[in-house]
Amino acid sequence: MFRSRRSPLGLARATPGAPFDITLDGRPVPAFDGQSVAAALWADGVLSWRTTRGSGKPRGAFCAIGSCYDCLATINSRPNQRACLVPARPGDAVTTQKGHGRADLAV
Amino acid sequence: MPTSPSEEQGPYDLAVVGAGPAGLAAAVTAARLGLHVALVDAASRVGGQFYRQPAAGLHARRPEALHHSWSAFARRAAQLDVHTAAGRIRHLAEHHVWAVTGEAGQWAVHAARGPDGSGETVVVRARKVLLATGAYERQLPFPGWTLPGVVGADGAQALLKGALVLPGRRVVVAGSGPLLLAVAGSLAAAGATVPVVVEASGYGGYARRPGVLAANPGKLAEGAVHAAALVRHGIRVRNRSAVTDVHGTTRVEAVTVTRLDEEWRAVPGTGVRIPCDVLAVGHGLLPQVELATGVGCATRRTPDGAHALVVDARQRTTVPGLWSAGETGGVGGAALAFLEGELAARDIGRSGEGAASLARRRDRLRHFGEAMAAAHAPGPAWPEWLRDDTEVCRCEEVTASRVREAVNDLGARDARTVKLLTRAGMGWCQGRMCGPAVACLAGATASPDRRPLACPVALGALAELSDG
Repeated sequence: MFRSRRSPLGLARATPGAPFDITLDGRPVPAFDGQSVAAALWADGVLSWRTTRGSGKPRGAFCAIGSCYDCLATINSRPNQRACLVPARPGDAVTTQKGHGRADLAV
Repeated sequence: MPTSPSEEQGPYDLAVVGAGPAGLAAAVTAARLGLHVALVDAASRVGGQFYRQPAAGLHARRPEALHHSWSAFARRAAQLDVHTAAGRIRHLAEHHVWAVTGEAGQWAVHAARGPDGSGETVVVRARKVLLATGAYERQLPFPGWTLPGVVGADGAQALLKGALVLPGRRVVVAGSGPLLLAVAGSLAAAGATVPVVVEASGYGGYARRPGVLAANPGKLAEGAVHAAALVRHGIRVRNRSAVTDVHGTTRVEAVTVTRLDEEWRAVPGTGVRIPCDVLAVGHGLLPQVELATGVGCATRRTPDGAHALVVDARQRTTVPGLWSAGETGGVGGAALAFLEGELAARDIGRSGEGAASLARRRDRLRHFGEAMAAAHAPGPAWPEWLRDDTEVCRCEEVTASRVREAVNDLGARDARTVKLLTRAGMGWCQGRMCGPAVACLAGATASPDRRPLACPVALGALAELSDG
């Protein structure tokens, strides 16, 4: 596959295997082995996958190195996972997390 | 019945926490001196933030294309492989250390396994411990900083180096400190357009310390490399300016860049709107010291108001049996971290050979680091950038007006009181993002980070502690 030198993959002469799909709210998003969920989403132009508890505003990755917890996502039905640290695996189902992601515990 | 956390084989002579430049240099030096070493690190591959390697699955044949001074790292990484194969070093990757307990001769390093630390907990026992936990980025709030597409400068670098992903096509890089130049250079090399680098301080501060510069020719050369990269890609550096607003409804569409005075006060009428899809922002680095303060290590204030560990000439902290190397002792860069890691390991392995010359180089670089911190220290007027509705605490969505109400109307004089009144700093990140800003708004100096748990831990793991 041709890759321009002016792309990160081309610059680093990377030869990843074939991309696989994860999904965000059911829509397929391609990922390469070793990329985090957040990296795969960013590469596809998706910048937010959570809404805040209070005002319901969109959030995605901010620090992108595991410190800020802004990138919390529901991955395979498990809420509050740091998308910037969790590696993407084939078939992972990411769903936009609303608030604390624990609506099932509401009383 | 709960099972005890599993024990890594040990006790080791030395546990090194963090596998960035300092930890890596310490581990290979200690192993060479005959010590049995555990190298405990959160990432899947060694390198830390600065030498973050592309994920193994990406099979990058030329990772050095995204890095500076790669050979200094590659040499030590190769030594690590040799020592690991020979059983002298055990590299515990994807181990998130949440506490260090015990005392000299019998330390317990508690870690949670897995890429995000959500796996089982383990205890690594060691006679001596070296903390090389590095630094994280200082963030200051400003209007619009919670909009998706605003990312930490270090985070933009991590996406690029680790995942080989560009955070955006058109990226404004802003904040303060030399990291911004490196970030802008690598983003442009990888194909992004960087319309401008926005630096709140400027580089005049260095010129006032010519002695420090003359003593560090390597640092001058490093600066020249960054400058050349920016010129090659046609990137403009705008000094004494800051991003004071971010535009867009669900994602970044543009930023407003405004001139600042000496105190970082926005000069009215100087705002310029610059279209972009990502803003990479950071205001220097803060030493990550919570594991050390958890066992009582003393800290000192650096010229930029950060808290770094007090270490002596041999890299010993104030707690017996505990050493520190690299950014934990004050931010100073990778070259300094390599030196300090080696010096610490020599002291631990009781080898004084050649240490005097290493120590002299360490002192020169340390002085440079302090000068850099002073030159890029946040100016006192930055809080004037905030609007009433600007969220200061991202996790708990606490606005500037609520923090000011706590200070002006309710009498809060420190970050802790503001937290009790508003929840600022009480969320998931435990004040890592807003802590310095909240303290500043309360008119207090931020206190050193003290978090009994350095990262989230399952309650079950804590319950097991009492058995051990």
